[in-house]
Amino acid sequence: MTAVARASRQGSAIGVGRTRVPLGLVYALMIVFLYLPIAVLFVFSFSTNTTLSFPIEGYTTDWYAAIFRNAQLLTAARNSLVVGFLAATVATGLGLAVSIAVVRFRFIGRGLLLALAGAPLVVPFIMLAVALFLLFNLLDVPRSMFTIAAGHSVIALPYATLILLSRLVGLDPAIEDAAMDLGASYPATLRRVVLPLLGPSLLSAWLTCFIVSFDEVALAVFLAGGDQTFPVFLYGQLRFAQTLPVMIAMAVLLMLGTVTLTLVAFFIRSRSE
Amino acid sequence: MLGRRGSLWFLAVPPYLWLLLLFVVPLGVVAAISLLPGSGRINFGAGWPSLNHYREVLDTPAYLRRLGISVGMAFVIAAAATVLAYPIAYFLAFRARQRATVFLILLLVPFASSYLLRVMAWKLLLGREGAVNWVLTSLGLIQEPAGLLVYSQAAVVITLIYVWIPFAALPIYAALQRVDPSHLEAAADLGAGPWTRFARITIPMSLPGALATFFMVFIPTVGEYVTPSLVGGTGGLMYGNLIQDFFTRAGNWPLGSAMAVLMLLAVLVLVVVALRLVDLRRVAA
Repeated sequence: MTAVARASRQGSAIGVGRTRVPLGLVYALMIVFLYLPIAVLFVFSFSTNTTLSFPIEGYTTDWYAAIFRNAQLLTAARNSLVVGFLAATVATGLGLAVSIAVVRFRFIGRGLLLALAGAPLVVPFIMLAVALFLLFNLLDVPRSMFTIAAGHSVIALPYATLILLSRLVGLDPAIEDAAMDLGASYPATLRRVVLPLLGPSLLSAWLTCFIVSFDEVALAVFLAGGDQTFPVFLYGQLRFAQTLPVMIAMAVLLMLGTVTLTLVAFFIRSRSE
Repeated sequence: MLGRRGSLWFLAVPPYLWLLLLFVVPLGVVAAISLLPGSGRINFGAGWPSLNHYREVLDTPAYLRRLGISVGMAFVIAAAATVLAYPIAYFLAFRARQRATVFLILLLVPFASSYLLRVMAWKLLLGREGAVNWVLTSLGLIQEPAGLLVYSQAAVVITLIYVWIPFAALPIYAALQRVDPSHLEAAADLGAGPWTRFARITIPMSLPGALATFFMVFIPTVGEYVTPSLVGGTGGLMYGNLIQDFFTRAGNWPLGSAMAVLMLLAVLVLVVVALRLVDLRRVAA
């Protein structure tokens, strides 16, 4: 029996002998490196210290309680939810349209559409921030939650398109042909056949876009005006030492939320594939 | 009844219009505003379009130096994040086997954590009274807290590498998953050892993915301004901070626009040149 056969019988992915690099250890060290700062901040959010200093002198949950007495903070968090909801909905809708058009049709401008939908990923955010800031100024559009949501819909679009595109490529077009042979119009086929099949990916795309928007600060700082989202508010408050502990507590709380959503999006996707 | 072909209009036109209005036109607006001769806000009455703001930027060594420094920092950050993410992705793709999902989820948590929170965490670690200094002094390794670790260029670079690693690991993982195991087995049959297989098959086959990852980190990082303003102090400020300043405190929008356009051009030129170089190497191979 050759080495290859022996190894593949053992279920090895590569086949034969490996290098002696302890990759598992490397991975473990990287995970520690990635988690440690977050863990330190998490612990610190329960500390009685009022400045960013060590050692921790005592433990308290006061900062978490103080969140609910800070009206500005709660408004900013609500604004973030609204902006994220709008941006994710628009980006997912447009991403769906782009991916169906690109995967199922051949037309002039097909390549350009795909390139444009992906382009926001490769333009520095400050460039887009400045561009939208000037556009809304020229058009006399007052800056608000809606201008932030518009900006976020553009930067979230590549994510939605990527997720839906990869799912749609794997869907057999014969299913759609069958529906149309049985007398369904094309829009009806999309609504009754394609959308249900895409369902989990749509939800996953929406959640991903929501998280992209919810966490985004570079663009939002330029487009916020009076309606601050939570990251914009946090960014502004980071210079003031006295509100810092409450801010960190709130950020930890929201982080738990986005982490949960990301995991939900991940499970939905892996289940549907 | 709407046919298939007719439906295409309803699919393609809305995203086209949306991207035209909120992506293409705004970029054009920046270019247009950068040609306004006046300084301050938008003033169309100040005279004919002119390149005077571009001349001002190109004649100010401090601006160009800051652009050069930012490109250099972005290069280091993107290269480090890609190289550090590669073994993680490799482990997930080839070694983790049936537990790959668990290990992937472990990676998703820092990926999904708030960006500002992660930056704050490094401020907490590197500060004068931060965790690193505290640990070092309590272990007796140093007597006094080592000078400011935070508020420096190094702090910006470390923080951004940290922020990007989980993001960089995912596309490299996807690229490594597409490496066909039968190629590796064939090479093994022909007598190639593990390092040879890695260098001659795995690396070349995952190179496009790794390069794409590099640029997905490099491009946004060139225009970064949030992290430098939080942990960079004055020495760690980047070109993006200059641009932001012209749109806020300094209030010179045309000059800020010219700086933004020059940054985008610099990035595009670098990307095109880099892609050329890589293609040439592939032709040579």
